Amino acid sequence: MQDQLIDRATSVQVVIASLREVLDQAGEPIPEQLDEETVLVGNTAVLDSLGVVSLIVEVEQRLEMDHNISVTLASDKAMSQRNSPFRTVGVLADYIGTILKEQ
Amino acid sequence: MTDRQVMLITGSRKGIGRYLAEYYAGKGYIVEGCSRGDAQWEAENYTHHNVDVANEAQVKQMITSIARRHGRLDIVLNNAAIATMNHVLLTPASTANRMLEVNVTGTMLVCRDAAKVMIRRRYGRIVNFTTIVAPIALAGEAIYAASKSAVVTLTRILAFELGQWGITCNSFGATPIMTDMIRGVPQDKIDAVVNGLAIKRLGTHEDCANVCDFFIRPESDNITGQVIYLGGVT
Repeated sequence: MQDQLIDRATSVQVVIASLREVLDQAGEPIPEQLDEETVLVGNTAVLDSLGVVSLIVEVEQRLEMDHNISVTLASDKAMSQRNSPFRTVGVLADYIGTILKEQ
Repeated sequence: MTDRQVMLITGSRKGIGRYLAEYYAGKGYIVEGCSRGDAQWEAENYTHHNVDVANEAQVKQMITSIARRHGRLDIVLNNAAIATMNHVLLTPASTANRMLEVNVTGTMLVCRDAAKVMIRRRYGRIVNFTTIVAPIALAGEAIYAASKSAVVTLTRILAFELGQWGITCNSFGATPIMTDMIRGVPQDKIDAVVNGLAIKRLGTHEDCANVCDFFIRPESDNITGQVIYLGGVT
């Protein structure tokens, strides 16, 4: 059980803040609009595959440092799902909520 | 966040790990160490964790604790390992699996979770310990040597995977050092190994510290994916 849980809106904020950080660090242009529909994986994604790796680590670290939540997003379960839990900002926020409830 | 560099040394209960922990704590680093059992020693600047490096949850918990208390992790010395000297014809699967689990998976888990913390500051130094018994193909050490060959390959690839975040990853292979790990090895076997070296003596703890000093210097930011063996072994 974690010290504290976060609500979905906060999860979305963490993912978007992490996404901005990763794009900024990579020197990539930051789209005007980043929201729950922003695609993270696939042909229309704002990140390449290495960017997704960076995003997952950034989200884990922000949850850890800013919210005292220790979580591993890249579990066997996540990597084997037919529909990636990392495909959009909103789906990733949902996935964070799911695994926090399971912990 | 502390101003001092924070270092994690695995397998620090005794032997080389303990020496390095005391050596770097004495130099002013904040040193965190781990082993499966309690450390029977204490030092200023040193904190011990009872962790099996092959246990994913325990490794994560330890590194989370380090990040929460210090806000950073700069250096990892992956020294923890187990070795059993045995002819392959007499090696049970359970022995082989446990050696691979600790020496390979354990090293990977510590590298992985440490790198996640290092990435935030775009800086890290990882040194993974290997052994000369792999390149010299020492009979009786088949599984141990295979596990350490895997560590070298892991290290070389991590150098490429983590380099973009300022994290270097190197490996270091010591010649035999008189620690518990080789105390059960027959003297004639140790003598034969030493006689095959360019520098015909046992390794020392100071030799290990010397190589680690080189790899972890901030100036070594362009030294990565390398392996250094003592005694002239290549």
